[in-house]
Amino acid sequence: MANNITLTIDGTKVTVDQGQSILDAAKKVDIRIPTLCHHEDLCVAGNCRVCVVEMEGRNNLIPSCATPAEEGMEIITSSPKVRRARKDIMALLVSEHNTQCTTCYRSTNCELQDLAAEYNVDNNMYLSVLKPNGTIDKSSWSVEKDDSKCIRCQRCVRTCAEIQHVNALAVTERGRDMKVSTFMHLPMNEIVCTNCGQCITHCPTGALTERRYYDEIWEAIDDPEKHVVINTAPSVRVALGETLGFKVGERVTGKMVTALKKIGFDSVLDTDFTADLTIIEEANELLVRLKKAFVTKEEVALPMITSCSPGWVKFIEHMYPDHLAHLSTCKSPQQMFGALTKTYYAEKIGVDPSKIVSVAGMPCAAKKFEANRPEMRDSGFQDVDAGLTTRELGHMIKQSGLDFLDLEDSDFDSHMGESTGAAVIFGATGGVMEAALRTAYVVITGRNVPFENLNITPIRGMESIKEATIKFENCVSEYSFLEGVEAKFAIAHGLTNARTIMDQIARGESPYVFIEIMACPGGCIGGGGQPIPTNNEIRLQRIKAIYDEDMGKPIRMSHENPEIKKIYQEFLKEPLGEKSHHLLHTKYRKRKRY
Amino acid sequence: MSNNKLRVVDVIFSPYSVAPYEILKNTLKKDKEQVIKDIIESGLRGRGGAGFPTGMKWKFAAQQKSDIKYVICNADEGEPGTFKDRKLLVEVPRKVISGMAICAYVTGATKGFIYLRREYRYLVPKLKEELALYHENAKLLGLDFTIEIFMGAGAYVCGEETALIESMEGKRGEPRNKPPYPIQVGYLDKPTIVNNVETFASSAMICRIGCAEYKKLGTDDQRGSKLFSVSGDSPKEGVHELELGMTLEAFAEEFGDGDTKAVQVGGVAGFCIPRKKFKTTIIGEGNTTGGSTMIFNSSRSMYHVLHNYLDFYAEESCGQCTPCRVGTQQLLKGIEAVKAGIKKPEYLDQLVKLSDTMRMTSKCGLGQSVTNSFSSIVKNFREEMIY
Repeated sequence: MANNITLTIDGTKVTVDQGQSILDAAKKVDIRIPTLCHHEDLCVAGNCRVCVVEMEGRNNLIPSCATPAEEGMEIITSSPKVRRARKDIMALLVSEHNTQCTTCYRSTNCELQDLAAEYNVDNNMYLSVLKPNGTIDKSSWSVEKDDSKCIRCQRCVRTCAEIQHVNALAVTERGRDMKVSTFMHLPMNEIVCTNCGQCITHCPTGALTERRYYDEIWEAIDDPEKHVVINTAPSVRVALGETLGFKVGERVTGKMVTALKKIGFDSVLDTDFTADLTIIEEANELLVRLKKAFVTKEEVALPMITSCSPGWVKFIEHMYPDHLAHLSTCKSPQQMFGALTKTYYAEKIGVDPSKIVSVAGMPCAAKKFEANRPEMRDSGFQDVDAGLTTRELGHMIKQSGLDFLDLEDSDFDSHMGESTGAAVIFGATGGVMEAALRTAYVVITGRNVPFENLNITPIRGMESIKEATIKFENCVSEYSFLEGVEAKFAIAHGLTNARTIMDQIARGESPYVFIEIMACPGGCIGGGGQPIPTNNEIRLQRIKAIYDEDMGKPIRMSHENPEIKKIYQEFLKEPLGEKSHHLLHTKYRKRKRY
Repeated sequence: MSNNKLRVVDVIFSPYSVAPYEILKNTLKKDKEQVIKDIIESGLRGRGGAGFPTGMKWKFAAQQKSDIKYVICNADEGEPGTFKDRKLLVEVPRKVISGMAICAYVTGATKGFIYLRREYRYLVPKLKEELALYHENAKLLGLDFTIEIFMGAGAYVCGEETALIESMEGKRGEPRNKPPYPIQVGYLDKPTIVNNVETFASSAMICRIGCAEYKKLGTDDQRGSKLFSVSGDSPKEGVHELELGMTLEAFAEEFGDGDTKAVQVGGVAGFCIPRKKFKTTIIGEGNTTGGSTMIFNSSRSMYHVLHNYLDFYAEESCGQCTPCRVGTQQLLKGIEAVKAGIKKPEYLDQLVKLSDTMRMTSKCGLGQSVTNSFSSIVKNFREEMIY
């Protein structure tokens, strides 16, 4: 921008673009101003008032996050007046907070706790104004809401509105009764909530957390009768380390597998296996739809949209119930895994499926809801018994007493433990599309996708909606109907972007044949079950780790996975076949808008 | 300078000139900039409470480049102890509307709203008649400025101009971060001039009697006349128009019952002035200009008065910013605890400091002004807080 503004912060001159805040300017010269309601992903609120600073010529303090920098401003970020005010504000926040930190899930990862400690707030400075008799809303499979820990920063409200366009959470009441609540104060399981968990990763305290299941899992592990299987999603291995002392973006795949084995899981498998399977099924489903559209001229819903993100699936069920036909009927990798664990896998290892406890380690909060969908019982049992978040896995590893940093690497167990690079990239926005294209292009043309090292870079990255066009030439005879077709693809992440895509479809103007949608910004690596904090910088580093993992894989196309070939030979027979239809595909339901 | 004497005047409630919208008609003949200069020169300050110089607000608004600008008449009269705006809208609505139209003329606004508090809904039929008459006249005068009524929903904080705008946009009535100010980014993100009912009526009267004549009223630092809503222990409760600059002593003599202990000036957002400080002028330094005056005689417990205020604040805070939402609750609980002997009297000093933090850090005038009544009552009536 042309309009540069120069101001002075704590005696240091700094130049910023017009429109940038005092907080931005301070960051530029490495001056840290504490914040609570501020989050890089969200619009400015300016309501916690912790970031107040002194401005020359003004008696009142000003919020640095909400005040645009102006030419010639003289700002002091740390003065007796500022420190006193901040301490007072922290004391006020603490006075309405349930300060039972010792039993709080977010303890040691809580922004309020950090700042209260930093300012050494005296808990007895003011009287407690914590609302008595607060109950924790545990009605949802995915999200727990504890108002006694809410500091009214409204980050969750802004997240749900701006990033997800769902507005499940809203500010209600006024003054001392003001709180974050739901439509008509209904419990979390009765409202229009996609369970994406973005509110959790944006919450500075323990007010919003995932519903936790690890106690049940420990119990199952300790039960010698039970055979406990865990499969872990691609995004978990690139983020789990953050909860256990590793830097952001470090891959801990081998250590994670070792830790889970040591914890006592009977088998540690890879969700990537069913990610590869998803690609086979979904690519075939797409080709069938295209055949119907091009050859037999049947009525068929195009574009087809991916269905691996359960937050997205619930979103479309609520918001666009008349367009469910666009969703691929493929279950998500988690649910495919669950259905196969209690059938194929049980058979393979000769264990009674009723003794199997199937656990999924996921970057996701919505997976918990998905596991409990009543239709997800195709194995004759609940296919997935519990979905754990990356954070819960981190907690379990801590509870186990293992020294994670020093663990040796080990490999996933076999039968559904083998995977390809194509499956790994499911974790990043654009990854499912890239994996599908790598396979579909081979099926259609007999050749690899025309991108260097199979890396379809145009559809990578954090851009809100990404597009690609691929022209099919020299197709194999079966797909000659696609000869010369320029197919358009789109990728959206974050439900606000999903809405843009869906509105286009609803208007009948969608130019695409296939669309990938992920509920969370950045895809699963930015999921609601991932370590906190998550912001764009962190998302990009996790994405980089995902693609590094892909490059390190000897096989990078789903259809070349030997275990996939084997499962079709031995069990499923053919893509979209009868067994597939029964175990790997599902139906969707119309849900209400409110 | 104060004129000590109390002088009841009759400017705003003076009878209408012969023809409706005569003032407007005459003003439209004048140069826009000259009108703004006159309003600045008159020394008129906003009559809602904050006391921002009206002419300056109009000048800044006129300078804004925008395809559309709005004028909003803030009739959300919610400050406890004030009821002057209602009387204006009942008795001289044409002056209010004229003021709005003049403001629109000089600032280039084309659309106006009267933001009427829900409790005044019975005024709507009469106001609509008046607006119909105005729209006829505006057409004849060739003024492109229409006005509609917008009903508030009853929140105190919506009297704050940015909260008022938010509520008009269908959102929660919560104050916005400033800057930008409404004259830059207001209703529907367009430049918006929000003035109090009395401010518009006064502007119209300045245009009618002339700046020079208006300036004769009041003192150097407080120009003009002003409506006072008098309530409490007074035999003369009601709305009175007074020349500015009189002392509280003169005021209490005229309106008190002979046993006046304190006067709350400017509503709960204002100051509580004890008898020993009655030598000050009524809208002296820091006193808000809303004109609410509540008179307390010696039978009143100032603890109960303050408790009542704080209870009001703790409920009427919008709740978005920490110092106001939690601070108001702490002050309320705090004085209760001191009274009950749970906290030592020194705790009051800590609460005064807290109220000062609230002044310095709250987002809007609501939280910023709690300290006015709180510290003035606690400091002047400390014994009553403790025993």
